[in-house]
Amino acid sequence: MVGVVLVSHSQKAAEGAAELALMMAPDAPVKAAGGLEDGSLGTSFEKISAAVEAADQGDGVALIMDMGSAVMTAEMVAESMDDRKISLLDCPFIEGAVIAALETAGGTPLSGMQEKVESGRDRKL
Amino acid sequence: MVAIIEEMAKKIEAEKDYLTQLDNEIGDGDHGINMARGFAAVEKKLPSLRDGDIGSLLKGVGMQLVSTVGGASGPLYGTAFMKAGMACKGLTELDGPAFVKAMEAAVDGIKMRGKATEGEKTMLDALCPALKAMQDDVAAGKSLKEALTDAAAAAEKGVEYTKTIIATKGRASYLGERSVGHQDPGATSAFYLLQVLAEMA
Repeated sequence: MVGVVLVSHSQKAAEGAAELALMMAPDAPVKAAGGLEDGSLGTSFEKISAAVEAADQGDGVALIMDMGSAVMTAEMVAESMDDRKISLLDCPFIEGAVIAALETAGGTPLSGMQEKVESGRDRKL
Repeated sequence: MVAIIEEMAKKIEAEKDYLTQLDNEIGDGDHGINMARGFAAVEKKLPSLRDGDIGSLLKGVGMQLVSTVGGASGPLYGTAFMKAGMACKGLTELDGPAFVKAMEAAVDGIKMRGKATEGEKTMLDALCPALKAMQDDVAAGKSLKEALTDAAAAAEKGVEYTKTIIATKGRASYLGERSVGHQDPGATSAFYLLQVLAEMA
């Protein structure tokens, strides 16, 4: 299964999004990478790197970010791990997390993830 | 160059509260805290970077900033220092043209990382005019000290300019028109770093 890493400035937001995603797909390799090491607000290169390693089962890892430094730091993690297959997805944070977890549990490969999570933009109901 | 980095860390620490105050007005209020945390970590790392060439020093500084800043300025300044480091690979001192090359690489790195350009109320509004001033001075045969002094002056003007425009990149862009009248914290910290360069050159 494709690993899913949720990157937020807030540890609580990342963990909360992971909780919502796992409610639908309990076996999906979803990892939260929110906040700094001490739990304060921000994005941590180390936390994201560790979450990617933990989520990677060999089928690659999809990263879903909130904004700003989350996106840029995720990019730098992906560049620093060029031996792994990593994709950054552009989608709403919560909806994207839920869809990505369901899709990975359903066998969608990394290359198909962006298209699937796009639908999160108009899927409130 | 090690002394310059140490001085940058001191300057950022000294202006920490002011930068955070600026960021409180139009951002998420962490710029000073983040920059100070990053540069304090850089200072700690300096002893292990001291013996290499300028390229590896700047690269090490950049990597440390990426790892420790925690906000957008981490990947942005981190990329800037890392790219500048690549442009200075193997060099143990920098003349005007080498400095311009490093600065060009740094500014291009920030544009690439932030998908940003001038006029969006970001650090680029200080850095781009500074680079232009530096390029012109070096091309005209002026000394590095003169070029860096003019660069810092251009950056200061750039900071003033950010007060007049709407933010269209970064957290301040969420405020739209309410961002007008406030100076950009990232442009301000970029000016401080250039000011240190000018003073120390």
